[in-house]
Amino acid sequence: MTATQVELVTPERTLYSGEAEMVVTRTVGGGNIAFLANHMPFVGAIEPGLVRVVLEGGDEVRVAVHGGFVEVRDNRVIMVADVAELAEDIDVERARRAQEEAQRGAGEDPEAEAALRRAEVRLEVSGRA
Amino acid sequence: MAGGQERLLRGRIRSIQSIRKITRAMELIAASRIVRAQNAITAARPYVERLGQVVQDLAAAPDARAHPLFRQVDQVRRAAVIVISGDRGLAGGYNSSVLRATERLLRQHSADGHGTVLITVGRKAQSYFRFRGYQVDHHFSGISDRPSFADARRIVATVMAPFAEGDLDMVEIVFTRFKSLASQAVTTRQLIPLADQGADEAGEAEGRPSAEGERRTVDFEFEPDPADILDRLLPSWLEAQVLAALLESAASEHAARQRAMKAATDNADDLIKTLTRVMNRARQDAITTEIMEIVGGAEALRSARGTQQGVRAQMNADTATPS
Repeated sequence: MTATQVELVTPERTLYSGEAEMVVTRTVGGGNIAFLANHMPFVGAIEPGLVRVVLEGGDEVRVAVHGGFVEVRDNRVIMVADVAELAEDIDVERARRAQEEAQRGAGEDPEAEAALRRAEVRLEVSGRA
Repeated sequence: MAGGQERLLRGRIRSIQSIRKITRAMELIAASRIVRAQNAITAARPYVERLGQVVQDLAAAPDARAHPLFRQVDQVRRAAVIVISGDRGLAGGYNSSVLRATERLLRQHSADGHGTVLITVGRKAQSYFRFRGYQVDHHFSGISDRPSFADARRIVATVMAPFAEGDLDMVEIVFTRFKSLASQAVTTRQLIPLADQGADEAGEAEGRPSAEGERRTVDFEFEPDPADILDRLLPSWLEAQVLAALLESAASEHAARQRAMKAATDNADDLIKTLTRVMNRARQDAITTEIMEIVGGAEALRSARGTQQGVRAQMNADTATPS
């Protein structure tokens, strides 16, 4: 099985860099998409949610990505996100509190709306929605 | 008399010693912060570079050229100028050079008949332009020491809305580029409209991937369509550029401060050495004078006593004779 080079970068740090068998994400307006080795050149906007980087041997790295961009070319999948975190780094308690707090303000306040969205994504990715 | 001068010098030396302690401490603090600032630049670099690549690849897309990010305006009506300075002084020429470059840019704009929106980062920039009668439209402080992505986002927010409404045609940023520990340079970069790729030398150094040579143009599949992606990409791209500028400026400020404080500490060392020498000389002189006085006094006393004794002997002799 040929592998593809994957990089997931945020302004603070590089979350993942290495080989993988497959990357699964969801693009804005396009639904789920999986990139295998030698995928055709592609540029897309990532819908906030779970990104799965499937490694050879079946292990996977789960990442909460709060919007960003993906570019595929020359057998490299590069994902760029303003805010993203690895599933194991997510503070579930905090996300739950943030979700409750944001639910009260949601509806009119776009800031709270965004916070709610982020909290939901975190809970979804950590598998404890 | 002479002792007074010695005391005066001792006081001056003591005050220079305590100033030296302060400059030395500032030097060490700045040195340790440079390392942290450099690490932040390194950590953010992949993000900035990768985003630059996406922008570049999108630029090649068929209808991307019409997007506001790339649209070259024939007639600039209003330009936003973002200037990044420090909150504190004592950093050598760091603040003044970036501020002077900004003022030149503002003058150029008004000479060309462009309106300007001035956005200052750092207390030094705010007070400089306020004092000179410029209108500071947005101001940020307390972030230049340790800038974060959230700070970059707040700064970009001030230009995004007017740009979207067509109130702004151009966005420029003036900051200090951190080339190396020994060399930093004031840089003016045009963020919007995005200049043609590879046109400006500064952009190349920032790692827009001309380093890899000409990137082949590839036929990409886009999802959603390029214009939609560009709409989403525009703020992120601006934020990345502003963040990079903030981080480089922070490292430059620490480097400039370290250099300035090292020079001040060295000067203090020299001054202390010279003054100590002068003081010792003065003390020596005072001691010599004192000894001379004592010796002179003793001599005078002895000779005085000598003559007195002579007189007394004479007197004794005189009184003795009749008896």
